[in-house]
Amino acid sequence: MPVFNQSRSYIIRILFILAFLIILAQLFHLQVLSNEYEIKAEQNALLKKTIYPSRGIIYDRKNRPIVKNTLMYDLMVTPSEVRGVDTSYLCQLLGIDTAEFNNRVVSAIVKNGGNRNQAAAFEELLTPERYARLDENMWRFGNGFFLQERPVRTYPFDAGAHFLGYIGEVDSAIIARSGGFYEPGDYVGRTGLENTYEKVLMGQRGLQVLMKDNKGRIKGSYAKGQMDEPATAGRGLRTYIDAELQQLAEKLLKNKIGAIVAIDPKTGGILAMASGPTFTPNDLTGANFKKTYGKFVLDVSRPLLNRAIKGQYPPGSTYKPVGALIALDEGVITPRTGIGCTGAYYGCNKTVKCTEHWGGHSTDLKTSIAWSCNSFFSMTYRATVDNPRIGNVKDGYAKWKEYVNAFGYGHPLGVDLPSEDKGNIADTAFYNKRYNGYWNSCTNVSLGIGQGEMLVTPLQIANVMSTIANKGFYYIPHFVKSIDDEKADDTLLNKYRIKHKIPVHISDTVYNIVIEGMHEVTTIGTASTIPKIPGINICAKTGTAENKLVLDGKVVQLKDHSVFGCFAPMEDPKIAIAVIVENGGFGATWAGPMAYLMAEKYLTDSLRADRKTEADRISNANLMPSYLPRLQYKEDSVRARFYFNLTKDSAYIKKYLHKSNILPVDPLPSKEKVVIKGIDMIDPKNQITFSKRNTLTR
Amino acid sequence: MTRKEPGFSKGIDWSLIWLYLLLVAIGIMAIYAVTSEDEALVTGFFSFKTDYSKQFYFFILAGFLGIFILLTDSKFFTATANLWYAIGIFTMLLVFPFHSRIKGTESIIKLGGFNFQPADFCKACVCLALAKYLSLPDLDFSKTKSQLIAAGIALIPAILSIMQSETGLALVYFSFFIVMYREGLPATILVVGFFIAALVVSTLLVDKNILAMVLLGITALVIYIMWRQIKRDRSLLIGIILISVLCIGIQRFVVPFAFQHVFKPYQVERIFSTIGKDVPDDYMKPEERFKLVLEGKKKKDPDYNVKQSKIAIGSGGVIGKGLLKGTQTRNKFVPEQRTDFIFCTIGESFGFVGTAAVLAIYLILLFRIVTVAERQRSVFSRCYAYGVASVFFFHIVINICMTIGLAPVIGIPLPFISYGGTSLLTFTILLFILIRLDGDRQMVLR
Repeated sequence: MPVFNQSRSYIIRILFILAFLIILAQLFHLQVLSNEYEIKAEQNALLKKTIYPSRGIIYDRKNRPIVKNTLMYDLMVTPSEVRGVDTSYLCQLLGIDTAEFNNRVVSAIVKNGGNRNQAAAFEELLTPERYARLDENMWRFGNGFFLQERPVRTYPFDAGAHFLGYIGEVDSAIIARSGGFYEPGDYVGRTGLENTYEKVLMGQRGLQVLMKDNKGRIKGSYAKGQMDEPATAGRGLRTYIDAELQQLAEKLLKNKIGAIVAIDPKTGGILAMASGPTFTPNDLTGANFKKTYGKFVLDVSRPLLNRAIKGQYPPGSTYKPVGALIALDEGVITPRTGIGCTGAYYGCNKTVKCTEHWGGHSTDLKTSIAWSCNSFFSMTYRATVDNPRIGNVKDGYAKWKEYVNAFGYGHPLGVDLPSEDKGNIADTAFYNKRYNGYWNSCTNVSLGIGQGEMLVTPLQIANVMSTIANKGFYYIPHFVKSIDDEKADDTLLNKYRIKHKIPVHISDTVYNIVIEGMHEVTTIGTASTIPKIPGINICAKTGTAENKLVLDGKVVQLKDHSVFGCFAPMEDPKIAIAVIVENGGFGATWAGPMAYLMAEKYLTDSLRADRKTEADRISNANLMPSYLPRLQYKEDSVRARFYFNLTKDSAYIKKYLHKSNILPVDPLPSKEKVVIKGIDMIDPKNQITFSKRNTLTR
Repeated sequence: MTRKEPGFSKGIDWSLIWLYLLLVAIGIMAIYAVTSEDEALVTGFFSFKTDYSKQFYFFILAGFLGIFILLTDSKFFTATANLWYAIGIFTMLLVFPFHSRIKGTESIIKLGGFNFQPADFCKACVCLALAKYLSLPDLDFSKTKSQLIAAGIALIPAILSIMQSETGLALVYFSFFIVMYREGLPATILVVGFFIAALVVSTLLVDKNILAMVLLGITALVIYIMWRQIKRDRSLLIGIILISVLCIGIQRFVVPFAFQHVFKPYQVERIFSTIGKDVPDDYMKPEERFKLVLEGKKKKDPDYNVKQSKIAIGSGGVIGKGLLKGTQTRNKFVPEQRTDFIFCTIGESFGFVGTAAVLAIYLILLFRIVTVAERQRSVFSRCYAYGVASVFFFHIVINICMTIGLAPVIGIPLPFISYGGTSLLTFTILLFILIRLDGDRQMVLR
C-alpha cells in the first residue's frame, strides 16, 4: 500500500515527543528546581549521631581531681531481635520477673516511637557487679542485647556537692533557651560550677554521619566518614578548693543547718564552701540521682539549698568592724572614742541591751570590738547616719548604705555559681514608705549591731573578713583559678582578676586598730574561750543573730544563730572564714570552734590530735532545729491532701487519719523558747515580714 | 551476533541492536547498583545468586533467542501469527487452573524455577495477530465491523488480564489503538475516548456537584454557539442534550459504580493516592473499606512508594550521587526498586543528566522503530512495527510517570531495564521479530 494515512505517523511522533517532554519537565522540576527532595532524602537515610566529648575535669588547688569521669554501662535492647533470647537467665541476672521483662521491652519500643529496630535502654547505669556478670554472659543474648558505655561523673573526695553542682538531662526550657543547641537526651550542668562553666566543661560535640535503611537499621558510615567531625574533650578547671579542707567543712556541718565559707584574701579564691545539711555528690550521680533527688526536694531542711550563697542571715555582731570602719572614714569617731556602757544603750526610747555591763569594756574602739559592745556600735551607727556634715538622716543613711554596699553587702558578689542571693540592705525609700517619711537614726539603730533590715549571705561575711584582712580591697570570691588551655575568648574569669577597692580612706594604722580589736576578740574578748592555735594569731568577730519563725500561725523566737567571721594569720592573712550555724546559740559556741578548726587545718595542713577529737565532737553534735519534724509533718500532710484531692486515692492520706500519728502542735522543748531579750527594738510587725523571709530560706 | 553471514545479517538494522544492547547494559548496571552487596564483582556476576547476575543470564538467554529469531525466515511469523495468538490466549486461560499463589497476582505459572507470566508474553502474540488481521488484503478498515474485530483482538487478552488481577498489563493492550489509528481508525473515536478518559479523571478530581454544573454550563454554551444550526435542525439540540445527560450520567453513576464493582479496593486506593486524595465514600463500599482496614492492607500511607520514589529521584539533583552512592535506593527505601521502580536508581545515581539521557535513548529507539515502520513495503511489517512502538511507548511512559508521581502505580516494567526474565524475554522477542521483518523489507509479506 502506498502512502495511505502516512501523515498520521507524524502525529504519532508528536505524541511521543509530547509525552516525553512532560516527563522531562517533571524530572527537571524534581531534580533541578526543587531541593525539597534532597532534604527529605537526608532525613530518610542519614543518621547524624552526636559523639559526646568527655566532660572536663575539675581539680583542687593541689591539682587533684575533685570531679572526674568514669564509664558506666547501660544494658540496651533491640526489641525486634529479642525473640529466641534466653529470657529467664537474663531475668535471673537482673533480678526481675518475666512480666517486668516484657514491660521493659514494650517501653523500649514506645521510647523509640514504635520502631522495634532501634535500641533503647533496658536497664540504665548498671552496678559494677551486675555489669561484670552481664558482660561475661552477653554472648548468650545475641544481637537483642548489648552493653553501651555511658560516662558518669564521680567525685574522688566525695565532697563539694553544693558548689560543684550536678549534671542532668536537658529539659524543654533549656533547649528553648539554648536556641536548639541542646537536644533531648543531652546532659548539661544544672547547678553549681557544672552550670557556670558548662561551655568550658562540655567541650565540642562531634558528629558521625551514618546511613540507615528503610527500617532504621544502621548500615555503616556515610561517604566514608568524610562528613564526620571528631569530638573535642571538655577542658579542665583548676580551682582554689582545698579538697581536705572542704571535707573537714562538710564533716563539721553534719547534722546542722548552716554554712562555712573560706576564702584566700589575696586572690578571692574560695578554699572551701559547705552548706548544711550536707550530702555527698555521689548521691546525685548515676543511678542514685532519681532516688535521692526526690527525697531532698521534699525535705523541709532543704539540703539542696547552698546556704553559703543563698542563706540569708542577719550578720549580727560580725557587722561591727564594718560599722567602725565606716564611722572612722566619716570622721564621726576616732580610735579613742569610747562610751560608758552599763549594760544597755539608752540613747533612744527603747534600750539596746549589751551582753557586757562591767565598766571598761567600751573605753575605746579596740576594746569595744573585743567585747562587742552593743552600746558603742549603736552610738557609732547613729553618729554615722546623723553626721552633722551631711545634716540629714536620710542622706546620712544613703551614704551609710553606699559604704555597706561597697563592702559587698546588699548585692550579689558575682561568685561563679548560678543564682547567688544578694542579701538585703534596705534603702531610704523603704523606711520612708514604712514610716511615712518620719524616721530617724533611732528607728533602725539595730542596723548598727547587724540586726534589723540587714540580711547577708555567709559568702558576703567571708568577703568582708578578707576585705578587712587586705586593709581595704577584695577580689570577687570565686572558685576557678584557671581554665586549661585558656584562650583570649574565655572571658568568664576576667572579672575575678579585678581588684575592688573599698572607698574607705583611712590609714593602715587605723586599720590596724580595728584588726587588733578583732585579734583581742580571740585573746581576751568574746571568743577567748576557744582554745588557741599555737603560733597563729587569729582576728575574728563573733556574732549572735536573733531570728524568728512563723510556726502554726504563731511567731516563735528561736535560739540565736551562731555566727563567726575571722581571718588568719593576723600578720599575713592567708585565709578568711565565715561560719553560720543556725540556732547554734553564741558565736563562740559552735561557729567559732568550727572556724578555728578550718584555719588550723588550712594553715598547718593538719589538725593536732586533740583538735581531731574536737572535730569529731562537733561533727557528732546534732543541732538540727527541733521545729523540723513538725514542719515536715505539715508539708507532707498538705501535699498528701493535694494528691488525695487530685486522685481520690485514700492511700495518700491514710497515715494522717490515725490520731497516734499526728504530731503535736507545739513540739519545741522549753529550753529553746528563749525569752525575748536584748535588742528588741523593732516593731514586731516588721519582724514577721523578715521571719517569713527566713522561713523561706530554710 | 557479530557473525557475518549472508541471510542472517543482511539488511539487519544495527542501530536498533546497539540501542537494545545499550539499554540492557544500563539495566544490569542499575540492578547492580541496587542489589550488590560486598561480594566481588566477577564472582557476583557469574554466580547466578545475585539479581544482576540473574539478569545477566536472562540477557544471554534473550540473546540466544534473538539470534534464533534472526535466523528464522520472516515468512514464519506471518504464517504463524494467528497460531501464536491462539497459543497466547490458551496459555492465559491455563493460568486460571494452574496459577501459583504468589503475592497478590493470579497471573503467574511456575515452570521449574521460573515464573512465567502469559499475560506479559501475550503482548507479542497480539502484536503479530493484529498485524496479520490489519494486513488482510481484502480488509476495509473503515468498516465498523473490522474496527470492532481489531479492537477485540487487542482487548480479549486485556479482559483476561483484568480477571487475573493484572490491571496494569491490561492497560498495555489499549496501546494497540495507536496501531489502529495509524491504519485508519477515525480520529474521532480516539478523541471521544480521550474525552471520556478526561471526564473520568475530572470526576475523580472535582466535586461531583460542581462538575455537573460545569457540564451543564458547557452544554448551555454549546447550544448558544450552535443556535443557528439548531434552528435549522432540531434533532441537533436533542443530540447535544443527550450527550450532556450521558456525560453527567458517567460522572454521577458510571464512575462510582465502576470503582465499587469493577476495580479491586487496593486499586482504588492506588488511583486516589496518585491524585493525592482520600477515597470518597461513593467510590468504595463501606464494608470493603472496613475489610481493608481489618486486614491491615490499607496502609497508613498509601502513596508511600511514590513519595519514596520521588525523594530518591529528586535527591539525585543535576548530576546524581554516583553509582552505588544512592542512599535511598541502596538502603531499600523505595519498594520494588529492582523491577517497577528501577528508574529511581538511575535518577538518584546519575541525576537529571542520567534520566534525560535514558529518556533520549528511549526516544531515539521509538523514533527509529517508527522510521523502520514507515519504510516497510508490507502492511504486516508496518503494523507489527507500530505495535512494538506502541507497547514500548506505553511501558516507558507509564512506568516513568509512575515513579515521578504522574501516573498511578500499576506495576508495569521499564523495557530492557527492569529486573525480570519474562519481561526481558518478551521485549527481546518483540524487538527482534521486528528486526527480522525489517531485514526482509524488500519482500512483500502477506
